[in-house]
Amino acid sequence: METLTSKQKEYLEQPKERISGSEAIVRCLLAEGVEVLYGYPGGAIMPVYDELYKYEGKINHVLTRHEQCAAHAAQGYARISGNVGVAMATSGPGATNLITGIADAQIDSTPIVCITGQVPSHLLGSDAFQETDIVGISTPVTKWNHQITKASQIPEIIARAFYIARSGRPGPVLIDITKDAQFEEFDFQYKKCTGVRSYKPVPVIDENAITAAAALINSAKKPMIVWGQGVILGKAEEELKAVIEKTGIPSAWTILGASAIPTAHPLNIGMVGMHGNYAPNVLTNECDVLIAIGMRFDDRVTGKLDEYATQAKIIHFEIDPAEIDKNVKTDVAVLGDAKTSLTKLLALLNTNSHPDWLKKFKDLYTIEYDKVIKNDLHPTSEGLTMGEVLKEINSQTKGEAAIVTDVGQHQMIACRYADFNVSKSNITSGGLGTMGFALPAAIGAKMAAPDREVVAIIGDGGYQMTIQELGTIFQNKVPVKIVVLNNEFLGMVRQWQQLFFDKRYASTEMVNPNFVAIAKGYYIEAQKVTKRENLATAVKEMIASDEPYFLEVCVEKENNVFPMVPSGASVSDIRLD
Amino acid sequence: METKQQLYTISIYTENNIGLLNRISAIFQRRHINIESINTSVSEIEGVSRFTILVNMTEDQIKKILGQIEKQVEVIKAYYHTDDDTIYQESCLFKIKSDLLFEERQIQNIIKESNARIVTVNKEFFVLEKSGRRSELELLHRELNAFGIMQFVRSGRIAITKDKLKITEMLNAFKN
Repeated sequence: METLTSKQKEYLEQPKERISGSEAIVRCLLAEGVEVLYGYPGGAIMPVYDELYKYEGKINHVLTRHEQCAAHAAQGYARISGNVGVAMATSGPGATNLITGIADAQIDSTPIVCITGQVPSHLLGSDAFQETDIVGISTPVTKWNHQITKASQIPEIIARAFYIARSGRPGPVLIDITKDAQFEEFDFQYKKCTGVRSYKPVPVIDENAITAAAALINSAKKPMIVWGQGVILGKAEEELKAVIEKTGIPSAWTILGASAIPTAHPLNIGMVGMHGNYAPNVLTNECDVLIAIGMRFDDRVTGKLDEYATQAKIIHFEIDPAEIDKNVKTDVAVLGDAKTSLTKLLALLNTNSHPDWLKKFKDLYTIEYDKVIKNDLHPTSEGLTMGEVLKEINSQTKGEAAIVTDVGQHQMIACRYADFNVSKSNITSGGLGTMGFALPAAIGAKMAAPDREVVAIIGDGGYQMTIQELGTIFQNKVPVKIVVLNNEFLGMVRQWQQLFFDKRYASTEMVNPNFVAIAKGYYIEAQKVTKRENLATAVKEMIASDEPYFLEVCVEKENNVFPMVPSGASVSDIRLD
Repeated sequence: METKQQLYTISIYTENNIGLLNRISAIFQRRHINIESINTSVSEIEGVSRFTILVNMTEDQIKKILGQIEKQVEVIKAYYHTDDDTIYQESCLFKIKSDLLFEERQIQNIIKESNARIVTVNKEFFVLEKSGRRSELELLHRELNAFGIMQFVRSGRIAITKDKLKITEMLNAFKN
């Protein structure tokens, strides 16, 4: 049950009061407990900004330098806190610029509410200035969207937006509000939404499915768990840990599941998928029961589908019925939220251990360590590796930092090597693979969790997609730590070109600017490391700083990320070099 | 896995909202599935709309599609049926030159035998309406085509299921 703050209660179910639509929007946000939102003003949303001005001190609007980044910042906010992130933009280009962030939130199940201004209702469909059909455009990438043309609709629709965004399998909601509805006055009263009759956020748990799952797990000789973000979204980290520890089952994670169980947990056997760990990928095709928890069998996880765990019985714990049998046929599907399902499951599980089976994972880890990890973390060649930068960040943050990553080689390296002691610490664009995600998402994450160390790790390519957010960081004094791993290439594409396109490096070489000078241009403390002997001190200085900090590390230009399941190959055909 | 393609009728009960048609058709479009016909109307429940969509696909595909449709917030419930599960009809209209009605006796016989209904007649043209199975409509179309058709239009399929659909119970459950 959600607990309401006293601040929220001030705006909830108060006597009716005649106010404008735009003021109502701000009051709705306050009633939903929104303390910070990200956005960019413009013609069709100006009445709301005028109210934000009046409500300054009660609600904090952060001006990003691009609407895409307002959406990503809202995502970062949501991912680290579990609360709904809010982004706001004007009509037309302001609204369309949100789309990448919305699509990212949709595929990664991130609860955000986006509010866009729209031209006055009498101009709808007239190709008016900055008119765009944002409800039409956003339909395929939103969990729900709606256009408001009357002020009186505002409270109910915004209440519904928050309810839908956060409940069940979370996702993005877009509310488009015409300018006349913002000006119009009406009798305002806000009630929280507690249900929508056509929408069942959490399926009813079938006790028989739980029993069947428990029986399969109890009789398994070589069981393996793969958990995903459903565990984090469902706040089921403790329940998962209890299941893992009671049954002694080796447990792996998808990229978005990272950090739900501490990295150092003895039964945590690493990441599955294209650049995941060797053992869980290989042994996916040897386990007898595969227990998938809150994950969706993405193609980056499964590799070639008809050679994925065909020998295993599949149990799928999942909140979204549409995910059952979507990619992998299950033997037992357990619908419901992870917390309740795992609690019920735990009671039926036998205490067990699988030492011989677990040893197989350890043995394969040794192979991976010798062939890949050793060289990544303790390189003997001159050039710096991305892995050793991660190792340094781990040791200086003691695995307590939230790591926000962009997309590409650095992302895979960060997810492989970052130490996570705390849940909700791996904030990355998983499903959509949005370059440019990390810098704005880090802003949202740091603002939602000011007491946590937030380190953005970004490649030199993705960094330049949203580099203008240094302005937001500077203006709002957001003390994020920014690490750019510069290999002067779009590294992951270059790796594919090397491996699959005979080293034809088409448009992947980057001639980069002076990143340190750019950071300093935004008055952000900055330094550049090119030599191993300077790395530790530089990371130390960065972590010690109470202010935003930029660190560029020039790494080996043509290093590759391994292991790798080549596109279209089976997970057990994973390459170590 | 069932790989045989066949005709399925999808019935979707939804809230009556602008934009839902777009949301539902996008699910098919994204997966490159051609909609054979689509009909939306009110249903037996006040304020609840009913979509009837005809598609040609495998059972495996349609189960996945149903999942995606039901996932939409404003969809109350979606079902799929085979032809055997439903009573179904299509409807069509023909506009034909009135002269032919008198010059070609055969047309009168065709109308009688097909159980088609004359909706209107004036000096220039008459309009013929026929409801029934697709094959009946197609047969009539072929027969009349020989004489010349000024305009032709056929509706999407509408279908009623033989089994009970428990929508009212579902909506009542929400109230409690």
